[in-house]
Amino acid sequence: MVNLIWLLMLAIGIIVSAFNGHIENVTISAMKAAELGVEVAIELIGVMSLWLGLMRLAEEAGLVKGIARIFGPAIRRLFPSLRPDSPALGAIIMNLSANILGLGNAATPFGLKAMQELQKENPTPDVASPAMITFLALNTSCITLIPATIIGVRLKANSVNPTEIIGTTIVATGCAMFMAILVDYFIRRRRKT
Amino acid sequence: MNVIAEISRWAIPLLLLLIPVIAYLRKVPVYESFVEGAEEGFKTGVRILPFLIGMLVSIRVFVDSGALNILSHWLQPLFALIGLEADFAAIIPLAIMRPLSGSGALGVATQLINEYGPDSFIGRLASTLQGSTDTTFFVLTVYFGSVGIKKYRYALKLGLLADIIGLIVSVWIVTKVFY
Repeated sequence: MVNLIWLLMLAIGIIVSAFNGHIENVTISAMKAAELGVEVAIELIGVMSLWLGLMRLAEEAGLVKGIARIFGPAIRRLFPSLRPDSPALGAIIMNLSANILGLGNAATPFGLKAMQELQKENPTPDVASPAMITFLALNTSCITLIPATIIGVRLKANSVNPTEIIGTTIVATGCAMFMAILVDYFIRRRRKT
Repeated sequence: MNVIAEISRWAIPLLLLLIPVIAYLRKVPVYESFVEGAEEGFKTGVRILPFLIGMLVSIRVFVDSGALNILSHWLQPLFALIGLEADFAAIIPLAIMRPLSGSGALGVATQLINEYGPDSFIGRLASTLQGSTDTTFFVLTVYFGSVGIKKYRYALKLGLLADIIGLIVSVWIVTKVFY
């Protein structure tokens, strides 16, 4: 499905550009996007290194285990296939906390770390494990208490009340997350039987 | 709401202070351990680079061509079904963009907010949408790519389902609260 969507976006983009008589735009867009990809990755290396360095400190000080012990029981129910003391749980909890607080660039390093830990417990290395899918569903639908970036945009645009959308955002993300957990649960149960 | 905003403001400085201090008290060689952990950042960044470039090129070519606007026009009847009135059709490109690209969607949202005003219906809906769904497509390809997963199974469908629910609820709640 990913292969098809990728191809369709690319092909439709080129065809539409051709019809509009702006075929040269395709060249510019493609080159610019490739450059942007490198920029994003380089920036990410900086933030990743910072957070993974801190994460290592937290691990060696026993903090990650501590957090996993506190929040573990609730999270573990969503990941029945993981070992109860799995190091993935700590990273998953850190990723979700960062998401909830709207700290997007801190969430990604923890998320990638969680994927690495989940991969270690995955019996089929090139096929997504149920735990990974649950994690990604939680991650992308995660409830957001502070949509920090968009509040900044509203502030700059002289909004009378930049934070008034916090309530609506919480309701929307809450419903999305609830549905994701529910549907994921039923899919997993059906596949098992 | 102010309490939550304060927590968000203080969270990172506090983590930066507390984690190293506690680690030091527990006899961890803080600087050396930090550097060891940080080393992984580079490897991960390099590993996800091809996935980032592949995704960005395809999305950019699609959006820059004007295909996004054509698709938005076609999809308008679908959006009418979930309660979006025709006057507010300007929001549709953002709804399509949101699961594809974070920076792309933020660009569209910012433009909508500046054009219609942050306190207009479209401005509020754009803000809620931007804050409440994630770049599912992007997260999936990069996260799976970083550990070498090739078969996503039902992950994409589940993620997109959550996005659609987020979209429907956003339209509903913003209409209910602000319209």
